[in-house]
Amino acid sequence: MTQTQSIQLTVNGEPVNASVPVRMNLVDFLRQELGLTGSHVGCEHGVCGACTIEVDGAPIRGCLMLAVQANGATVTTVEGLADTDRADALKAAFRDRNALQCGFCTPGMLTSALSYVESGGPADRTAIREHISGNYCRCTGYQAIVDAICDVIGKEAKS
Amino acid sequence: MKAPDFRYERPESLSAALALLADEANGAQPLAGGQSLMPMLNFRVAAPEMLVDLSGVAELRGISDSGDSIRIGAMTRYRDLAEWSDLEAKLPLVALALPHIAHHAIRNRGTIGGSISLADPAAEMPALMMALDAEITLTSADGERTVPASEFFLGFYETAREENELVTSVRVPAATSGQRSAFYELAPRHGDYAMAGVAMVADAASPITNLRAAFFGIAGQPIRLSVLEAALNGKAPDDEAAITVATAAFDEVDFIDDLKASAATRRHLAGVVLKRALAEL
Ligand SMILES: Cc1cc2nc3c(=O)[nH]c(=O)nc-3n(C[C@H](O)[C@H](O)[C@H](O)COP(=O)(O)OP(=O)(O)OC[C@H]3O[C@@H](n4cnc5c(N)ncnc54)[C@H](O)[C@@H]3O)c2cc1C
Ligand code: FES
Ligand code: FES
Repeated sequence: MTQTQSIQLTVNGEPVNASVPVRMNLVDFLRQELGLTGSHVGCEHGVCGACTIEVDGAPIRGCLMLAVQANGATVTTVEGLADTDRADALKAAFRDRNALQCGFCTPGMLTSALSYVESGGPADRTAIREHISGNYCRCTGYQAIVDAICDVIGKEAKS
Repeated sequence: MKAPDFRYERPESLSAALALLADEANGAQPLAGGQSLMPMLNFRVAAPEMLVDLSGVAELRGISDSGDSIRIGAMTRYRDLAEWSDLEAKLPLVALALPHIAHHAIRNRGTIGGSISLADPAAEMPALMMALDAEITLTSADGERTVPASEFFLGFYETAREENELVTSVRVPAATSGQRSAFYELAPRHGDYAMAGVAMVADAASPITNLRAAFFGIAGQPIRLSVLEAALNGKAPDDEAAITVATAAFDEVDFIDDLKASAATRRHLAGVVLKRALAEL
């Protein structure tokens, strides 16, 4: 019999109470139980980064964490980023630079990029590429994504 | 795929975790950061009856500095190590290697204890433990024992740990004054597991003194080669003749031969990483 467990967490600023099967991973919980389909699921083994979300302020793989392990945690998905202005500059830069095509990688890519920008990372292409090395993009070739991140850092440095 | 079904326990003390592991009827497996175990579950190559999540065991987390050695709790994440303000001064080799271990999001959850227990042949942490002469503490419901890193890693995903034991901490000697460290790995992409890598420390760089070089990604477990180290001690790090003599020691290595790289390629790459690391020593 599948064991279930109740969890309480904060998702995009809202308190959530749920009972989850213990084998369910966090990104499936967000997508299937909460309808937050902005976080994507690609490989389910930690390689592609499409499921990258913020847990307690740090980007993690949503496919490599169980939903039960998020008990007590604060989770922010790409929908949550849209509720605030935290990622506005990055989103605008992604649009301006054509840093997305199909958009499958974009929610995870934005989450990774945001942690880089917010931690004060330099506009250094090698460092940016290292930081986003765990996020695959099959469309853009990364150049435009790195451009967009550099743009945001450049603007913040000036203002 | 999705993980198979299992029971889930999250004990809040070490003794409770050990009791769950001690009862064979539980079919229990520890869950640390899940950055290797979750993929294994999703691939269905692991199917434990019970997962014992160690994240609630406070005793397993944290770094304590006793001057000449550093004790690192098993559940200390790569991220916690990177954020420790004394890392560069006390464990410079670890500071050099950390950015090469997986990716940012994975380092936010992966733990040192998980990496050491898994003993992936291409993982960095086991090689660091070998180069630094670390000691690994194992604890079961019956008691505690300490195993030197050189006796802990036995082969492909094989260690001296018994199933009812947890890796609870590692003790790593702090860098002595003047000690040199170098690290070099070759991976298909940044953050991927290495095809060949080496982590080394020496008491002095020129001439090389008391070299300890642990290779990873080339054989079933991280290895130090005494013949190679002896050939380099007393020489300058750019002494081509000495490096040629040293790399003859690769004759004794049973190189991994797989889809990522053939044994011959790995042997060649082991020489490349050695030379590049020596240049940084
Ligand atoms: C895309 C990707 C890339 C990666 N690249 C690298 C890389 O380049 N280098 C690298 O080293 N690693 C890499 N990893 C693996 C990562 O470093 C893991 O975090 C690490 O190997 C395991 O640590 P964990 O805490 O996540 O352990 P888990 O996945 O939770 O556990 C791993 C194994 O160890 C056992 N275990 C865990 N803790 C203990 C303990 N305290 N006592 C006894 N047994 C225990 C578990 O039962 C399990 O069998 C990568 C992972 C991914 C998904
Ligand atoms: S779906 Fe999680 S990393 Fe690919
Ligand atoms: S935009 Fe298509 S995968 Fe990145």
